[in-house]
Amino acid sequence: MIVAGIDVGGKNVHIVIKKDGKIVGKGAAPAGMKKAETVEQLYNEVLKKAGLTRKDVERVVATGSAAKRAAFANGAIPDATADARGVIKLIPTARTIIDVGGEEGRAIKVSPEGKVLDFAINEKCAAGTGTFIDTMARALEMPVEEMAKIALNSDQSISMNAQCAVFGESEVVSLIHQKTSKQNIARAVLDAIAGRVGSVARIVGIEKDVVMVGGVAKNIGFVDSLKKNLEMSVTVPDDPDYIGALGAAEAAIAGVYAEKVKAQSYWKKRPFQKGKVNNLR
Amino acid sequence: MAEEVKTKEFWRWPETNWVNLDIDWKKGKVITAGVDVGSVSTQSVVMVDGELYAYGNTRTGSDSPTSAWTGMNFALEKTDLKVENIDYCIGTGYGRVNVPMAQQSLTEISCHARGANFMYGPEVRTVMDIGGQDCKAIKTDDRGKVLNFMMNDKCAAGTGRGMEVFADLIRVPVWEIGPRSFQIQKEPPMISSTCVVFAKSEVVGLLEAGMPENDIMAAYCSAMAHRIMELLNRLGIKEKFAITGGIAKNEGVVKRLEKELGIKTADRVWYKKEYIDRGYPFDTQLAGGIGAALFGQALLKMGKAKSARKA
Repeated sequence: MIVAGIDVGGKNVHIVIKKDGKIVGKGAAPAGMKKAETVEQLYNEVLKKAGLTRKDVERVVATGSAAKRAAFANGAIPDATADARGVIKLIPTARTIIDVGGEEGRAIKVSPEGKVLDFAINEKCAAGTGTFIDTMARALEMPVEEMAKIALNSDQSISMNAQCAVFGESEVVSLIHQKTSKQNIARAVLDAIAGRVGSVARIVGIEKDVVMVGGVAKNIGFVDSLKKNLEMSVTVPDDPDYIGALGAAEAAIAGVYAEKVKAQSYWKKRPFQKGKVNNLR
Repeated sequence: MAEEVKTKEFWRWPETNWVNLDIDWKKGKVITAGVDVGSVSTQSVVMVDGELYAYGNTRTGSDSPTSAWTGMNFALEKTDLKVENIDYCIGTGYGRVNVPMAQQSLTEISCHARGANFMYGPEVRTVMDIGGQDCKAIKTDDRGKVLNFMMNDKCAAGTGRGMEVFADLIRVPVWEIGPRSFQIQKEPPMISSTCVVFAKSEVVGLLEAGMPENDIMAAYCSAMAHRIMELLNRLGIKEKFAITGGIAKNEGVVKRLEKELGIKTADRVWYKKEYIDRGYPFDTQLAGGIGAALFGQALLKMGKAKSARKA
């Protein structure tokens, strides 16, 4: 049986084609503004490389925040269940999954069978997502990959005051002006995001083994910061950004075209800051 | 030419200063100053015996001490009053600890409440200050004393900085956004993203989809009004309701906030009738500086502070 899993995220599209349980094709592309077109194009490309045609594919399942853009799919499943299915397939001992993508960060508690027990999400704010890291890399005038690498060579841990990506950018710029080394700034940025992601994970409770997936999992500096923040080892599977698509393909194999889960929002737990009154008179 | 447009900074609002010609400072007994060094703007206000004498509203530079001096010199530009003639100076705002000419610093919360009390009158019970880097809802009494407050200083959504980022993105000067947001056929749905970074991509998407610029401005103003309303609802709102800070000048946000709340904001005019009659300029950004200067007057009067006048 040939199946396809398509993950249409806020920033990127990932596709995995499986034949009799084996991956026979995969591909990724930036989603761009016209996501539906990107999905079509990438899907045809990946099939062509695998020597297949659209007719050969028996079942297609989509996932991701813009899953609807893959209109030709048989159905769509939430990101959390796709992650759970994908991770359990590769790492059966996983109990907590941390998925940090371009525009979302989520933590998922899974059962040994790959069922989502609980999950928490931050989808409202760029702090705690790949976008934050991208923005700061731009302020540092270097590619994200380089920023990830140099962060490992930092010799001093400084903490960022800003949580917001908009304020963070100005803070990074002023740190550069203060002649703080780029290594240390990179470390500060990644530590800040790890702290944020860590607190989302703590909503569901962290249990071993912790597996990290999503595009940000490829950032070695970030994984290092997250390990320190959680005080725990974190496993990253190969191609962590393909896990969503892989999970969707697994769902297709199982014949699951729709699933439901309810999230705990990070933002509901964090209302505005309440003030302490300290009057002069 | 294209390059010039690209580098133009649409968030740059004009700086202003003013001197009250009805007052002779040499006859005044107590001269105090309030310097409100915010993240985006710095206001220096000089008051003579509790009356507004001079002010300067400038953009904050790279460090607080320089910004404080720039602001103070700008305020005193049109008068022969010198910093040495000032009895007492209080620093407030984000950079309050780094105001070189100040004898003391106070939080901007108390200063804004006190300033709003002076500007809008003692009936004010709720003050919403929307600054460059944070926004705060303040409950206050008839003397401008803070009873309670709630603030958002973690997130650019619902702050002036968010509006500036938006202005730069759509390439419209920030002060034009309010008026233009009403030049629309029908009120569009608000921008759905809370985060300014995500809102930016949403706006780019809307522009690509062919939505008119004015409609997008309306959508952004509504989103901002909504965010501010969330904060106000948590604190609870009581009339008279006054708005201070830079965003108070943006009718696009203020009108939509009034509509959502179902409560009118206090008219942005002086409470003191003679100030209106004499045509003193009313600037909502001054509240913090005025409050600080008034605290200086009160401290000297109560004998809790000593005059630091040098000349």
